[in-house]
Amino acid sequence: MVGYIAQQLVNGLILGSMYALVAIGFTMIYGIIRLINFAHGDIVMIGAFVTLGLVISGQIPFPVIIILVILAGALMGIIIERAAFRPMRGAPQVTGFITSLAVSILLQNLGILLLTAQPRNFFCPDYLQTVFNLGSVSLRTIDLAIVVIAVVLMVFLVLLVRFTRLGMAMRATAENLKVALLMGININRIIMLAFAIGSGLAGVAGMMWGARYGQIDPLLGFVPGLKAFVAAVIGGVGSIPGAMLGGYLLGFAEVLFVGLLPPIYSSYRDAFVFIILILILLVLPTGLLGRKMEEGV
Amino acid sequence: MGWNRLKWFFPMLILAGAILVFILRSSVNDYILSIICFAGINIILAVSLNLTNGFTGLFSLGHPAFMAVGGYVAAILTFPVTRKAMLLPALPSWLAAQQWSLLPALILGGLCATLAAFLIGFPVLRLKGHYLAVATLGFLIILQVLITNLESFTRGPLGLNGLPLLTNLWWVYLWVVITIYVCWKVKHSSLGRSMLAIRENEMAAECLGIPLSRTRIMAFALGAFFAGVAGCLWAHLVTAITPTSFSVIMAFHLVVMVVVGGSGSITGATIAALMLTSVVEILSPLEENLGAYGISEIIISIGLLLILIYRPRGLFGTQEPAFLVKQRQRVSGEVGRSLSYQNGKGGTS
Repeated sequence: MVGYIAQQLVNGLILGSMYALVAIGFTMIYGIIRLINFAHGDIVMIGAFVTLGLVISGQIPFPVIIILVILAGALMGIIIERAAFRPMRGAPQVTGFITSLAVSILLQNLGILLLTAQPRNFFCPDYLQTVFNLGSVSLRTIDLAIVVIAVVLMVFLVLLVRFTRLGMAMRATAENLKVALLMGININRIIMLAFAIGSGLAGVAGMMWGARYGQIDPLLGFVPGLKAFVAAVIGGVGSIPGAMLGGYLLGFAEVLFVGLLPPIYSSYRDAFVFIILILILLVLPTGLLGRKMEEGV
Repeated sequence: MGWNRLKWFFPMLILAGAILVFILRSSVNDYILSIICFAGINIILAVSLNLTNGFTGLFSLGHPAFMAVGGYVAAILTFPVTRKAMLLPALPSWLAAQQWSLLPALILGGLCATLAAFLIGFPVLRLKGHYLAVATLGFLIILQVLITNLESFTRGPLGLNGLPLLTNLWWVYLWVVITIYVCWKVKHSSLGRSMLAIRENEMAAECLGIPLSRTRIMAFALGAFFAGVAGCLWAHLVTAITPTSFSVIMAFHLVVMVVVGGSGSITGATIAALMLTSVVEILSPLEENLGAYGISEIIISIGLLLILIYRPRGLFGTQEPAFLVKQRQRVSGEVGRSLSYQNGKGGTS
C-alpha cells in the first residue's frame, strides 16, 4: 500500500511538473497584459510535434533537442503575439479571450490540415526508456528527466525574474503597464519576451507530454492548456511561484483522485478539475499566492 | 407613419417566411432542407446567446451545455419504447414507458435547460469577463463528463442513435419566430434596458436600482431555454446525440455568430448565423473532396480574427436597422468602452 501511494505521488510529481511549466506561461502573460491565453495549450501540441520531428530526423542529441524545442515554442509565441494579440491590445478583456480562442482553433486545425488528425506514436531515444526501480517505485529515465528539466527551468526563470534588469523590467510592467512605460521600459519588448518565455516552457512541456503518454495528435493541447489554467488560478493568476505551486498541487490532486478513490470515479477526473476551478474562482479568487486583483473576478 | 408601418411589418414578415417555408418544402430536396433547418437552429442559438453575451455583457461559452441538457432530455422522452428496451435496459421503468411527441419534449427539454441555468448561474454569474467565460467552459466539460458517465440514461460515449426524425422546417421556423419575437420584446422592454445598462456600466446600473443578479440570471436562464429547445431540434434532425455533439467548437461557432453579427443586434445575429451556416456547408464538401480537413475552421477563425481587429463591433454594427425600430425604442450600441489597459506604443491614447 505504501509503495502504491509512493508510486502515485511520483506520478503526481511528474504530472505536476508539466502543469507547472504550462501554467507559468499562462500566469506571465496574464500578469502583464491581463489576457487569458486560450491558445497557450496549443503551443504544447506544437512542442510535442517539433520534438517528434527532430527525434525522427536523425542523430540530434537529446539536450540539443530540448533547446531547439524551447526555441521553437518561443518563436511560435512571438509570432502569435505579433500577429494576433498586438493588434488587439487595448481592447476589452473578453475580446482578447475571443481572439485567443480563435488562435487556438486556428492552430489546432492547421495541425489537422498539415499533420492529419490521426494520433502518432511518439518516439524517445532508447536510453530514455530504460526502467529502473527505486524501492517499490518504478521510473523511466524520461520521467526523471521531466522532473529535473522542469525544476531546472523553473529555478532559472525565478533567478531571471528576481535578479536581472530584465526581470525587474518584467515585474514593473506586470505591476503597472503605464507607469513602466513612463519609466522608459520598452513594453512591447517585455510583452514579447513574456510570450517567448511562456511559450518556450510550454513547448518543453509538449515534449514531456509526448514522452509521457506515447501518442500525440493535433488536439492534444486542449486538456493541458485548460488544466494549466486551473493550476494558474489555484496558485493565483499573475504569480509565477503561484503557478508552480498550483501546477504541483493540481498534479497531486488529480493523481490522488484517480489513485485513491474507487475506479468508477476515475472517469470523473476532468469534471473534478473544473469543479475545483469554479470553487476556487468563487471562494478564493486570488488563489493561494496571488495578490488582490484590481479587476476581473 | 413609422408606427403604422411597423405594426404591419412583422406580421407580413412572418407570413412571407411561412410562404417561403411552404414553397421550399415542396421544391427543394431533403439535403438542402436539412441545411436550411440547421441554419434555423443556428439562428435560434445565436439570437438566444445574444441575450447573455450581447445584451447583458456576460460572456458565456456554456450554450452547448444547455443544448446538451435539452437534447438529451427530449431524446430520452421521444425515443421509441422498443428501442429504449434494447439500448437503455437500465432506464427506470417509468421513463422507459414514455414515448412523447415533439412539442412537449421540446418544452420540457427547454425547461430542464433553464433549470440547469439557474443551478449553475447562481454561483457562476458572480464572475465577470473572461473568468465567466472559462467557468462556463468548465461547466460544459463537467456536463460532458457527466453525460459520458451516466450510462443508464445516456448510453455513455456511444450516445443515442436512431432517434425519430421529428424535426422539420415548420418546427424550426416556428421556434425561430418565437425566439426572435421573445428576444426582440425583451430587448425593448424594461428588462432589456436593465440588461443593456448592466452591460454598459454595472455600478451605474446598480445605483439606478437595477437588481443585478436577478437580471443576469434572467438573461442566462432565458437564453438557456432556447438553447435547450435548439438542442432538441438538433437531436431530432440529426437523429443521433452523443456527448461530443455539443463541443467547444460549437461554442466557438456560436461566439463567432454573435461577434460577427455585432453583439446585441438581433438582426445581426440572425444574418451572421445564416452566413456561418452557409460558409460551413460550402466548405465542407471542399474539405472532403480535397482531403483538406480543418480548412473550414481555419477560414472561420482567420475571418473572426480579421473582424475582431478591423470591425470589432461586428459586420453589421450593434444597432438594429433603423427601419425596424420605433424612434423612441432605439437603443444605442456600445458607447465607447473604457479601455482596461493601454497600448504600449500608443501610450494613453
